[in-house]
Amino acid sequence: MADKILKEITLKVWRQKDAKSKGKFETYKIHNISQGSSFLEMLDILNEQLVSEGKEPVAFDHDCREGICGTCSLFVDGRAHGPDDDVTTCQLHMRRFDEGATITIEPWRCGGFPVIKDLIVNRGAYEQILQAGGYVSVNTGGIPDGNAIPIPKPAADEAMDAAACIGCGACAATCKNSSAMLFVAAKVSQLALLPQGKVEAARRAKAMVAKMDELGFGACTNTGACEMECPKSISIEHIARLNREFIKAKLKD
Amino acid sequence: MSNFISSSIGKKVVMSLSGLFLVMFLCVHLGINMLLLFDNTGKLFNLGCHFMTNPVIKVIEPILALGFIIHIAWASMLTIQNRKARPVKYAVRNQKGNCTWSSRNMYVLGAMMLVFIIIHLMNFWAAIKLGEGTAGVMEHITYDGVTMENVYPHVVATFTNPIYCILYVIGGILLGMHLAHGFWSMFQSVGLCNNIWRKRWSCLAKLFAIVVAAGFSIIPIYMFFTC
Repeated sequence: MADKILKEITLKVWRQKDAKSKGKFETYKIHNISQGSSFLEMLDILNEQLVSEGKEPVAFDHDCREGICGTCSLFVDGRAHGPDDDVTTCQLHMRRFDEGATITIEPWRCGGFPVIKDLIVNRGAYEQILQAGGYVSVNTGGIPDGNAIPIPKPAADEAMDAAACIGCGACAATCKNSSAMLFVAAKVSQLALLPQGKVEAARRAKAMVAKMDELGFGACTNTGACEMECPKSISIEHIARLNREFIKAKLKD
Repeated sequence: MSNFISSSIGKKVVMSLSGLFLVMFLCVHLGINMLLLFDNTGKLFNLGCHFMTNPVIKVIEPILALGFIIHIAWASMLTIQNRKARPVKYAVRNQKGNCTWSSRNMYVLGAMMLVFIIIHLMNFWAAIKLGEGTAGVMEHITYDGVTMENVYPHVVATFTNPIYCILYVIGGILLGMHLAHGFWSMFQSVGLCNNIWRKRWSCLAKLFAIVVAAGFSIIPIYMFFTC
């Protein structure tokens, strides 16, 4: 079955020359977009059109285009990664949009993620939070035999769910408080659940929360919006674990 | 415990614990108010009010005021900090599908309730503590040789006034909306939650919110039609 062709759609795209400039929305019309094309392919077509008109193409982040790298961002029609649940923007397809639609595309709006150009933001803040403690630094010796370290299945499952985080930034971008708690919680939770990570759980929770606060992210008010917009459906039960780990660590100080 | 209170999680713990304290106060308050439904002479309610003048309550009273002040002050601090975390706002925002209105607007609900509380204090606290409220001068009444404040006529005068009656019903509903999120959030913020307990807490939160909202709203409606 051939995909339907959208004869005309209108795009309102945030254009910003560089980090210091004041940006504004530009409106573009594009024609004959297959509903089978992905959202990013549609933006590629827009850029081809802009280049042929001698205009500056729209800068946006993208890499793997299969939903595992976390590079693509975009706030599409008021939602992180667009109107679909549990997907990244590269997994969003034009079949979600109707003929004649007007689509508003904005970069992540978050003090911790300053805009670099157009739709690209600097997500280095997440790297800095990871550098503060999102790792295991104890000597774990050589490679142990498979299953030599007994890990209960529920703990392994939960750690794996948390490890699915791709660091895309949708949690902080969608949170009304620009809180990075889901990201920090996923990392703290993943490592705290496993034997090699557990030994440094207290130091990790304190260091990562301190860094998150320092970088200007807001505080969590438990609205749960982050888990709904997370492309990997990471649950806010990990935030409860982070709260627990942090309080425990602070009580020992 | 260094820097605990100034950390984002620490501030949420303060909100959670002060909220828990206020929830306990609400339970006592609702319990005493419920006496209004069972005795149209007002004796039961007056005795309930008189019981609340015992020394233990006298000690708790300033702590309660402090609980309110802390809850409001920390909420204001968090709201300012959270708003600063997004210097440029989104032009288009659609949160209908990802979280509830009340969870996003806890501060707005809180501010509306603060206005209600001020009116509520002028109605009753002023009458009891200062001798004169919006319904006039506080009289005394004697039951079985014990003289106490006759609070009941103030309640009747307030709730038979249609404006106050509606206002108190609105107050109850706002409180219910605040609790529907606040009650489960209280446990999440201190880490007493996981995917199983989340269902339990949010179910309990909805139940508690309905009981409190209905409980506080039924009283003025009942009094409006029967007194």
